[in-house]
Amino acid sequence: MSLLSQCLQNQWLSSFSLEPRPQESQLLRYLSPVLAIVLTLLSGALIFLWQGQDPLIGLHTFFISPISDSYGLAELGVKAAPMLLCAIGLAICYRANIWNIGAEGQLLMGALVGAWAALQVMDSGSRFSLTFALLAGSFAGLLWALIPAVLRNHFNTNEILTTIMLNYVALNLLLWAVHGPLKDPNGFNFPESALFNDSVTLPIILEDTRLHLGLMFGLLAMVAAWVLLSRTFIGFQLKVIGMDASAGRFAGYKEKKLVYFALLICGALAGLAGVSEVTGPIGQLVPSISPGYGYAAIIVAFLGRLHPVGITLASLLMALVYMGGEMGQIDLGLPLAIGSLFQGMLLFYLLACDVLIGYRVRIKKTVAATAAMPASEGA
Amino acid sequence: MKTLIKKVATAALSAALAASISVTAQAEEKIKVGFVYVGPVGDAGWTYGHDEGRKEMLHKLGDKVEATYVESVPEGADAERVIRKLAQQGHDLIFTTSFGYMNPTLKVAKQFPKVKFNHATGYKRSKNVGTYAARFYEGRYVTGLIAGEMTKSNVIGYVGSFPIPEVVQGINAFTLGLRETNPDAVVKVVWINSWYDPAKEREAAEALIAQGADIINQHTDSPAPVQAAQDKGVLAFGYDTDMSRFGPDAHLSGSLVHWGDYYTDVAESVLNDSWTAKDIWGGIDSGMVKMAPYNKKIPADVVTAAEKARADIATGSLTIFEGPITAQDGSVKVAGGVKLTDGEILSMNWYVEGVEGELPQ
Repeated sequence: MSLLSQCLQNQWLSSFSLEPRPQESQLLRYLSPVLAIVLTLLSGALIFLWQGQDPLIGLHTFFISPISDSYGLAELGVKAAPMLLCAIGLAICYRANIWNIGAEGQLLMGALVGAWAALQVMDSGSRFSLTFALLAGSFAGLLWALIPAVLRNHFNTNEILTTIMLNYVALNLLLWAVHGPLKDPNGFNFPESALFNDSVTLPIILEDTRLHLGLMFGLLAMVAAWVLLSRTFIGFQLKVIGMDASAGRFAGYKEKKLVYFALLICGALAGLAGVSEVTGPIGQLVPSISPGYGYAAIIVAFLGRLHPVGITLASLLMALVYMGGEMGQIDLGLPLAIGSLFQGMLLFYLLACDVLIGYRVRIKKTVAATAAMPASEGA
Repeated sequence: MKTLIKKVATAALSAALAASISVTAQAEEKIKVGFVYVGPVGDAGWTYGHDEGRKEMLHKLGDKVEATYVESVPEGADAERVIRKLAQQGHDLIFTTSFGYMNPTLKVAKQFPKVKFNHATGYKRSKNVGTYAARFYEGRYVTGLIAGEMTKSNVIGYVGSFPIPEVVQGINAFTLGLRETNPDAVVKVVWINSWYDPAKEREAAEALIAQGADIINQHTDSPAPVQAAQDKGVLAFGYDTDMSRFGPDAHLSGSLVHWGDYYTDVAESVLNDSWTAKDIWGGIDSGMVKMAPYNKKIPADVVTAAEKARADIATGSLTIFEGPITAQDGSVKVAGGVKLTDGEILSMNWYVEGVEGELPQ
């Protein structure tokens, strides 16, 4: 064994090296996620073997059977919608180097205020009850994102810290509301609001499923973000300050305005995701609105290369991995951890493959002395 | 008239025949039982307890049942999909083991009228949704009696999850027991707004110890509060399962829940086609609530008194929520001789005298 590892170290690894490319590879930028998915599937097959399962059946259970009927496909949309909305907003921020980690808090505020609005108007019989609730939720997310925007523009704070902290504030506000003012008066003091009636429930877009209008919001946001980023001047400005803020300033772009723009858009989209969850599949305000959609959306945004179309695919993939974890437990009796393992592997391989965007692998003809090249392994 | 009677009789007879055929058909079949868990099966508390119950059911019914579980299912939009998937995959009986699954369970049950559902700790039922819960508060009263004798600082710390009736009942029953043996002792409560969060549970326990508590009680699912008590050299009561291995010196006893018999009974009722949507609220008498082993530190006379109370609760000669009960503000909440009804206990949202702090409303 030690002989083998020595051979590997001495000859294998040192005969490869990474050297910087003169220019980043555009091909690999888009190929890297595909490569990561392939590697994840291969490693997954090995894990199934190790767990004593047929790898083909295992992969089928995880990635095919959750979406093998129309209900499953609809559920994929239900699960992907909130992540898609958040990730589109985050991508606009990240393109401009605005590190908003606060989609989770913005989503929760959207859910909280949207649910409050829904409860106020649901017995009014107005046709605009649902619209009012959706607008209220989006606006709440927008206002929640306004706080870190103001802090960054006028007090020079780091938005990573402020947005993370505001996530916890939002969660505690939600818990306070659901245990207090928004609690169902006929609910035996249990922490949840009254059930919403039809007037404030998102319409179902595929009969006999839970697929609701929220997915349409996500797809619309995708198209709008794509137009914004690739066809408008403001999108161009965002990308410029993201690549080189001083170049943007030199060109006379108003960086502060762009910070407001990106953060507020993201806040509104995350807020819409939140209110769509409570008026959609959940149907009331409960303490656990989001199992971390705002955080998962960060992964989705990067997995989708900060591109609206990529993000849409990535959010579907992420949703599928979640659902696969459930199917693995139901059909194969595999532990929940296998599902989490798939998520972890996907990210790990993506980061590893991303190295190839900036570097190329060089195979050396001669086997060089080993000690001279320790840096190549870490690169 | 005669023909009508004849017709009715024939119809009744054929219905009875059909029923008996379906009974025999059912009896030979194997049923699939699904469990939806809110935490991981290794939480050493609530979910672990349910999973032990599932295993006991499998052990007792052998090859007549098959069981599936899905762990750590969030109580939001995901629950409905998981419950529905279990129903769709041919599970005959599904247990949803956390309060937050109430509305999703009812929604799925409507779509799958032939599948039997049992939801833990909720209050909504339907034709094919029954509910079940344990009267944990009975065991907590007994731990209160012990706490009153064991505390020196007269301050007990209580790590609470959510301020819902189930938890408030526990705090009140514990405090009633506590003040029975020690009228000067008080209870301080910290809410962590989670069922299972070892880090928060531990922090809460440590904060309570810092405020002078020398016994920690908990209504959360991990053994972290017991571990914190062990590390700080104070005493503790576990919950759900015997947590003594997490704090051999600290762990005095605890109110345990035993789901195995219940799960076995319900599965059997599905096997012999006698299942109905019931509301089961089992206590010490039904064996659903048990006491964890008493620590050797507890003096023998205290153990004897605790065991006597336990036996009296089982026979019904001791009723915990029987007046006179004084509320936190000193007013008489329950007049002497009056017993609270189950409905009143199930919607309890007030503290008895001896609990400090305000109940979040």
